[in-house]
Amino acid sequence: MKKTSRIISAVMVSAMAVSMLAGCGSSSTGSASSTAASTAAASADTESAAASGATFKIGAIGPLTGGAAAYGNAVCNAAELAAKEINANGGMNGYQVEVKTEDDELDNQKSVNAYNTLKDWGMQMLVGPTTSACSIAVSEYTKDDNMFQITPSGSAVDCVKYDNVFRVCFSDPAQGTASADYIAEHQLASKIGIIYDSSDVYSSGITQNFVTEAQAKGLTIVSQEAFTADNKTDFSVQLQKAKDGGADLVFLPIYYTEASLILQQANTMGYKPTFFGCDGLDGILSVDNFDTSLAEGVMLLTPFAADADDDLTRNFVAAYEKDYGGTPNQFAADSYDAMYAIKAAVEKANITPDMSVSDICEAMKTAMTQITIDGLTSSGMTWQASGEPNKEPKAVIIKNGAYVSAE
Amino acid sequence: MTDKILKAMTLKGKAAAGRKSPAATYAFVIAAYAVLELFIRTGVMSSHLQGLLVPMVYYAIVAVGLNICVGILGELSLGHAGFMCIGAFGSAVFSLLTDGVLPDGLRFLFAFLVGVALSTLFGFLIGIPVLRLNGDYLAIVTLAFGEIIKNLLNALYLGIDENGLHASLSNQMALGLSPDGKMLINGAMGVTGTPHDANFTISVVVLLIALFFAQNLVHSKHGRAIMAIRDNRIAAESIGINIVRYKMQAFTISAAIAGAAGVLFSHNISTLQATSQNFGYNVSIMILVYVVLGGIGNLRGSVIAASVLYLLPELLRGLNKYRMLIYSIVLIAVMIFNWAPAAITWRENLAAKIRAGRHGRKENA
Repeated sequence: MKKTSRIISAVMVSAMAVSMLAGCGSSSTGSASSTAASTAAASADTESAAASGATFKIGAIGPLTGGAAAYGNAVCNAAELAAKEINANGGMNGYQVEVKTEDDELDNQKSVNAYNTLKDWGMQMLVGPTTSACSIAVSEYTKDDNMFQITPSGSAVDCVKYDNVFRVCFSDPAQGTASADYIAEHQLASKIGIIYDSSDVYSSGITQNFVTEAQAKGLTIVSQEAFTADNKTDFSVQLQKAKDGGADLVFLPIYYTEASLILQQANTMGYKPTFFGCDGLDGILSVDNFDTSLAEGVMLLTPFAADADDDLTRNFVAAYEKDYGGTPNQFAADSYDAMYAIKAAVEKANITPDMSVSDICEAMKTAMTQITIDGLTSSGMTWQASGEPNKEPKAVIIKNGAYVSAE
Repeated sequence: MTDKILKAMTLKGKAAAGRKSPAATYAFVIAAYAVLELFIRTGVMSSHLQGLLVPMVYYAIVAVGLNICVGILGELSLGHAGFMCIGAFGSAVFSLLTDGVLPDGLRFLFAFLVGVALSTLFGFLIGIPVLRLNGDYLAIVTLAFGEIIKNLLNALYLGIDENGLHASLSNQMALGLSPDGKMLINGAMGVTGTPHDANFTISVVVLLIALFFAQNLVHSKHGRAIMAIRDNRIAAESIGINIVRYKMQAFTISAAIAGAAGVLFSHNISTLQATSQNFGYNVSIMILVYVVLGGIGNLRGSVIAASVLYLLPELLRGLNKYRMLIYSIVLIAVMIFNWAPAAITWRENLAAKIRAGRHGRKENA
């Protein structure tokens, strides 16, 4: 009996811990932007419902709570924003658009659940999921249902292995190769240290290709240190190895939460190399309690800079800031472009909302390869039948607490 | 001889347990299955709910498995997600290897056996040193085991080509795979392309088999010996029960059932990654929460608790951000209701009152 009560107390303590964690996960993201998102969604729904009977129903999936919430919220908010603009300008092919968003908590199984929920709602096309692993899991189901899927930011190679799936961002190999090329071309460094997340698809995918390309370009990699999802608070060992190796550039193909810790710890150590990352670093300026002055001079390879002075970017940033607060990141831009790509393809193939999901998908598959989009993330974007986009990478540097084009 | 003493000893316990007869548990599961299947057939059930059924059942299975360890054996295990992980990866790799070689049904049957056999083996190996000890060592070792398995699989690269299997712990390039080779486990990217063999019916059959093993164990000579060890180790030892052997038996069966749940896990979703959300210690603790809230030692309770608690956060999707908050409040409320002394007294009083009321009515009539 004593043993049983001991077990019970242990379980209760752990369950409390679990529930507290869960509580934290949801409360930390209960920010102004998410409330704004839901009200905006509600108003978008009522507007479109009032306009006409037939509407395009587009679903968006992303992590709206938890550690990667900045990505999911950006994708979902921007999809709603694009839908509002499209509706105000006469809709897609003359029909209004409805957008509904679901949370996947960065979990494959939850992402499939979110997809099924959206399907029950009557979704005809999917923008998402936001992250690679979720996107791969969901693509198995969209393939079976023959539903058109465009992931704004699922960058792993396997995300687009089926012909009904397209993406807006670069693939991981493309990002790794492009990063190494950029570093070599601009002679940013000769000795490079890498810190990556070996338990993450995105991070290890980029690292593999970066290493191959860096060697081909004659760059020396002095340290290649991994961490895992369970062990991501102390990076002093990894930083020390890079420092001991004399790395003058540290490549961080990781997400922004860990990167913010790395920057803090490097600062404490008095180690000041150039930090270079990929699109996962986008969002680092919005980390809670992070001293953004530490991020000064951090470079990242991302197709979108909020400071760009073309009309499209300026209007998008202004509208996003007005509706959701905060500067939009690359994920928002990808999602916005995804919506406009759908619009262009729908109009190209003359798709109407009364067509079946499968017919829409078939028509979209051909139409996607025929359109050219001048979007936020690149001008003159086109798509291959494999689902990969053709676009140019851009580097961005953080100056005075803002993302600025590095050119 | 020993068994006779045990039978006498547990007679009282049996009378109490008699209210939950094994047949009633099977009937309950089959009835629930029939109702849900009817909903699916008539098209009443949303595809969201349909997608939740298989995960719900495999969490119920692993809860039954853990209940053997925690409830019947009285040892705390915090690594059942690790056994699930082994079952999942073992069977997924087998399925990839034999895809196209064996017919679908046979392939899944063998994959199932491979997954269960692997997790049984690991349960056995871990049990050898740890179950000889008294105290809370099993909890510590299984906790570490679960984490080790997860991290190992995250770093493991396994591929196959015409020269046979290649394995590496550094990266994909180190495998030296020929161009037409096939990656089986690709590090953090895990296993992709596992055939979608598991469905609701198969899962329920596996649950019934797991329950059959668990309930027969509890009501057998071995089960009585195991429960005697749980209740009083010294007394059990004094009447000649081989403590280590029975502990091993219970723990290995428990690990095997967790492995079976893992097989269903990997054959229900085509991408399998050893992430913390899938197989981390939080998942082990979540399974333990199912067991404790369903009632320690109560197999049917585990099935119900796992099903309800898995579905709850999903069914609360409509509440958006607040759903995880509400989920945790529900957990705390159920825990207080089940285990707080005041709540137990209140429940007993209530039950007594109801009983008294019934008697009163009978006497009046």
